[in-house]
Amino acid sequence: MTEPRLVIDDAAARDFRVHRSTLVEPAILEQERRRIFDRCWIYVGHESEIREPGDFHTRNVAGRPVILCRDSRGKPRVFLNTCRHRGATVCREARGNARLFFCFYHGWSYNRDGALVGVPGADAYPPSFRKEEHGLAEPPRVDSYRGFVFLNFDAQAMALRDYLAGATEYIDLVLDQSPSGRMEIIRGVQEYDVAANWKLLVENSFDDYHLLTTHKTWLDYLRNSGVEMKPPAQGHLLPAHGIGKELGNGHAVIDNVNFRGRPVARWIPVYGEAAKPEIERIRAELVARLGEARAARVADTNRNLVVFPNLVINDGSSVTVRTFFPLSADRMQVRAWALGPVDETAAARAIRLDSFLTFYGPGGFATPDDVEALEAVQAGIGATHREVPWSVMSRGMAKEGEQLNTDERHLRAFWLQWDRLMRGARPGA
Amino acid sequence: MSRTISRAEVEEFLYAEAALLDAWDLEGWLALLSDDARYHVPSNEQRGGDPAETLFLIADDIHRIRARVARLQDRAAHAEQPRSRTRRLIANVRIVGQDGDELAVEANFAVHHFRRGERLREYVGQYRYRLRLTPGGLRIIRREALLDALELGSLGSVSFIL
Repeated sequence: MTEPRLVIDDAAARDFRVHRSTLVEPAILEQERRRIFDRCWIYVGHESEIREPGDFHTRNVAGRPVILCRDSRGKPRVFLNTCRHRGATVCREARGNARLFFCFYHGWSYNRDGALVGVPGADAYPPSFRKEEHGLAEPPRVDSYRGFVFLNFDAQAMALRDYLAGATEYIDLVLDQSPSGRMEIIRGVQEYDVAANWKLLVENSFDDYHLLTTHKTWLDYLRNSGVEMKPPAQGHLLPAHGIGKELGNGHAVIDNVNFRGRPVARWIPVYGEAAKPEIERIRAELVARLGEARAARVADTNRNLVVFPNLVINDGSSVTVRTFFPLSADRMQVRAWALGPVDETAAARAIRLDSFLTFYGPGGFATPDDVEALEAVQAGIGATHREVPWSVMSRGMAKEGEQLNTDERHLRAFWLQWDRLMRGARPGA
Repeated sequence: MSRTISRAEVEEFLYAEAALLDAWDLEGWLALLSDDARYHVPSNEQRGGDPAETLFLIADDIHRIRARVARLQDRAAHAEQPRSRTRRLIANVRIVGQDGDELAVEANFAVHHFRRGERLREYVGQYRYRLRLTPGGLRIIRREALLDALELGSLGSVSFIL
């Protein structure tokens, strides 16, 4: 018996639809956990969050409690936060620096390298018990790309670099705003739950079609502060040209000419007159280091990148790194951070964070309305998906050539990969 | 012109502010702010930081506060349409410092937040105020709301004036 299709991609009929049960059914979420979260490279955190040996953060990643830790030799490690004896979490702090991870239940302890170093009354164990076999467990694969640490629960997974495919070009573009090429997670996290399926935030994170209506108040805020808001040409809904693009393995991006201001480096009146010289200085540094063309690419475009399945790097009003995990089919937990150049001046850092808060975050002028939109979708489809089974996702399909940021090619790229994996394919296969 | 302010006067002021916010009288609330007022909600894991170097949930200067109020009065502020109801309980009010015309005040809050189709959200935490005594009465220079929850969950959304 063939399973009913959940994603319909009919190029001839120019039809693309997604079955709403994918956003509602607990059984589908269970399958996602096995076929997507256990087989894809999943973002854990950033190397800048663990600067010194022993620095750690505890997080839930792909449904598991993990410890992201810098080991005694300075290498980022990921440990499953469970004691090898009976299973209690060995670290219950959110973050800090540890010499040992100590399980208080019976007193087993592990060092920064995950090795079991302390077992009270070890002489009572039989000779077959060997401490070196009971270190903290690690995901089969952990690797980094330019500071971003990922794990993979599939030992056979393709290399991270290959998995990221065309997304590396867009990560590199973000990092080019830093004179040293290095960026760091800035202190402070924004965490919030959304009562909606996790895939709705994937869509929302790079859906520019919703801006005009969902973010009317934010657009008004920019307009009232003196930002030019006229759409450039026929067919455009927004004040600047933008495209949607697939990057391979389900990753995709919208790549837009900036109109909303950028801390690196396009001043808008919202930043205030005092910020102007600093933004001009940053711009001059970009030009001197990268040349006019690349500097313009870095400074004058906004990019919203989705790394399949659940990492979002938006380089717009500021740079935000955002990841989210399903708590249930109709609820997700979101974590968002700000990313900035390690060598940024205090003045530039302040502008970056201020600009961040105009748009992003649960107290910003835009994100609360995104949250509301996603929750409204979930409320709408939760109990009606049998009567109204399909969502429409065909914007731009009839067009030859370029797909705009307000079309849906990039959303379709996500869903096609989702569908491939859910039918059993492995990433890259 | 500094004079001693009693706790009762401060309490009266905070209760009046809470009443304005619960009534969604945001223009009335703006009138309680000085022209250099700031409104902060730090991230719950970094409550002691400076918004110039730490990511907050909200770090508004007076211009951003006014823009926030304008936004909340627009029917297109979807996160507050239909508007939520709030009921604020303010307690444990303490004057913790006075410097000339300026007062440092701390108070506990429990803001109960109700929306259609949603369960009660209970925002619990501490307000830290800097108030200025003016001929027209007390004015807010700085208003910081520190959330106590360790896992914000649905409290992470702060779409109204907390």
